[in-house]
Amino acid sequence: MISGAEIVIRCLQEEKVDYVFGYPGGSVLHIYDALFKQEEVKHILVRHEQAAVHAADAYSRSSQKVGVALVTSGPGVTNTVTGIATAYMDSIPMVVLCGQVPTAYIGQDAFQECDTVGITRPCVKHNFLVKDVKDLAATIKKAFHIASTGRPGPVVVDIPKDITAQVCDFDYPKSVQMRSYNPVVKGHLGQIKKAVQMLQEAKRPIIYTGGGVILSDAAERLTQLARKLNFPVTNTLMGLGGYPATDKQFVGMLGMHGTFEANNAMHYADVILAIGARFDDRVIGNPEHFGEEKRRVIHIDIDPSSISKRVKVDVPIVGNVNDVLDEILKLIDGGFTADPEVADWWKQIDEWRGRNSLAYRQSEHIMPQYVVEKLYEVTGGDAFVTSDVGQHQMFAAQYYKFDKPRRWINSGGLGTMGVGLPYGMGVLLANPGSQVACVTGEGSIQMCIQELSTCKQYELPIKIINLNNGMLGMVRQWQEMFYSKRYSQSYVTSLPDFVKLAESYGHVGMRIEKPEDVEPALRKAFTEYKDRLVFMDFIIDPGANVFPMVAAGKGLTEMILAEDI
Amino acid sequence: MRHIISILIENEAGALSRVAGLFSARGYNIESLTVAPTEDPSLSRMTILTWGSDEVLEQITKQLNKLVDVVKVVDLSEAAHVERELMLIKVRATGKDREEMKRMADIFRGRIIDVTESTYVIELTGASSKLDSFIAALDAGLILETVRTGVCGIGRGDRILKV
Ligand SMILES: Cc1ncc(C[n+]2csc(CCOP(=O)(O)OP(=O)(O)O)c2C)c(N)n1
Ligand SMILES: [Mg+2]
Repeated sequence: MISGAEIVIRCLQEEKVDYVFGYPGGSVLHIYDALFKQEEVKHILVRHEQAAVHAADAYSRSSQKVGVALVTSGPGVTNTVTGIATAYMDSIPMVVLCGQVPTAYIGQDAFQECDTVGITRPCVKHNFLVKDVKDLAATIKKAFHIASTGRPGPVVVDIPKDITAQVCDFDYPKSVQMRSYNPVVKGHLGQIKKAVQMLQEAKRPIIYTGGGVILSDAAERLTQLARKLNFPVTNTLMGLGGYPATDKQFVGMLGMHGTFEANNAMHYADVILAIGARFDDRVIGNPEHFGEEKRRVIHIDIDPSSISKRVKVDVPIVGNVNDVLDEILKLIDGGFTADPEVADWWKQIDEWRGRNSLAYRQSEHIMPQYVVEKLYEVTGGDAFVTSDVGQHQMFAAQYYKFDKPRRWINSGGLGTMGVGLPYGMGVLLANPGSQVACVTGEGSIQMCIQELSTCKQYELPIKIINLNNGMLGMVRQWQEMFYSKRYSQSYVTSLPDFVKLAESYGHVGMRIEKPEDVEPALRKAFTEYKDRLVFMDFIIDPGANVFPMVAAGKGLTEMILAEDI
Repeated sequence: MRHIISILIENEAGALSRVAGLFSARGYNIESLTVAPTEDPSLSRMTILTWGSDEVLEQITKQLNKLVDVVKVVDLSEAAHVERELMLIKVRATGKDREEMKRMADIFRGRIIDVTESTYVIELTGASSKLDSFIAALDAGLILETVRTGVCGIGRGDRILKV
């Protein structure tokens, strides 16, 4: 017989968890004690629980494993909510273990009590409150199973302190049977055949893919399929790296800040093959405007509720993206002839490409786009890039050409400022020795800046690319364009000296103010300071805006281009 | 369109809040909701009366199915079914109204299940519209209190919702 606390640790060992991101407190002291007595599961002590969850989330995003966080009851849990909601919106498999007050105190407004199951319910795939130590192992097993199967997502397990002290036999279930939870994997063959038929008939096809391709590790299959079809491919913000961005069939990211060619191709396509994407508002713009063109839609997704949610779908295929693509490839290998008119479509696309919508104005100041371009060059296009939320995030997405999946790590769905640095931590722990850049802004980085301390403790050599415009740039951009330049609260005064700040945490700090210094600084950071965290404070042109832009409520083709300004 | 959704759900603590939370978070209507364990005490049966277009209903069913505790979901109103609701209504029953109330209860096949010098409690079962008509048929000033269970329903014949 072993204690509940030991059971928790044994379960993590059984799940081959190598890192847990967490922060201790009263209700998890037994668990921390059990953690202390073993070596397999390593613990990363963050400086704020939000960062623990973000780091676990990125650990998962950049590997194929389930991220794990461990926090104490009450404030420990409430601090995780942003992180959980962020993971939930992007369907990231994660298990969050939370301490809870002892069973007998629940409901008594005990010290550090909160209704964890209630607070997290709307932003988890599922959650559990363990009420009997005999259920503990099976519940944790279920949590990992639910988090990582079907449409993945975060699962919270709330564990009262007394449960971690009680003892029982440890028996970790080999598998999970749940009558209420059996996600579909294989796509319907009849539907798949219909889809292939529709692809043959397409004159203006587009392959539109999202985070589902990354999550189901289907990038390779997608690339094979797209090459066979010779159709244009566009990725959502979450789908970047699902198809090599340097390939000629890639038309760029689509949506609010998508390329001219991607947005036009999406809008005017007669057949859309949507794969693991969900036609969200940042992608298709105004749905009425999008609906004006007649087209047919094939939609492959593991989650039936994503299909026909915002756009009516003609051929729904529910299943694991990778498995479905496999089936499609098999059918296509049996013979596939694309419509000859697709050649004209390519001509049209090349014409749109000719607009060169990512060209940007030059300036005596450092342009943020230029920094990302140089970052791409210096890292050989092979870095993991985490980002925050704002203009810098869009610049990173637009100008760093991701050829591989799981390299672009950002909060697409919730748009959470502050994720960049903790994301970098999770990525580095999952991929030791890799180049990890965090492209951030002076606003976002300050939302989890305390993690510089964690990075020092565990020697995590993240390269922070702070695109410092002294503004909440994305907010300022909207105010400039839609609020007659009334810059309400978008100016960040009293910024710290980031160089000194980095140094005070024991890191390397650099301030880069001239365009010609950009590349040397980056090179230095990635070579000389390879093993150090380097905080690069790039003082950029404060007026730089992100283009193309589809304003909220506008149609996908109603883009504002840099040349219009 | 009016729809009756029947749900079989694990009889776990918090199951009801998952369903109710889903409806409020996604802005779906709940006209009425009833829930109780089935003959298998590990399962609860929930009946939700809701309104929405076909697209909304499709989403409601898909989203309910996505809840990990939900075993089965069916839109009863898609095919032949029967539905009932129970109402307890307390009315003033004095003077000439006392006789009138008794007569009305009889007409609607209600039963008087509690009697005091000045009040009756009438029990009435039927389709919701029948309960509505009963209320409409009474002098509003005489109604002291109404309690309705919300609709519950079941498929006809071989239409069975079971694991
Ligand atoms: C937690 C959070 N709060 C507020 C916002 C709204 N928001 C989106 S972008 C942005 C500005 C970000 O500023 P900065 O990090 O400096 O990036 P920049 O746009 O200047 O590159 C804000 C406030 C958000 N996305 N997340
Ligand atoms: Mg900024």
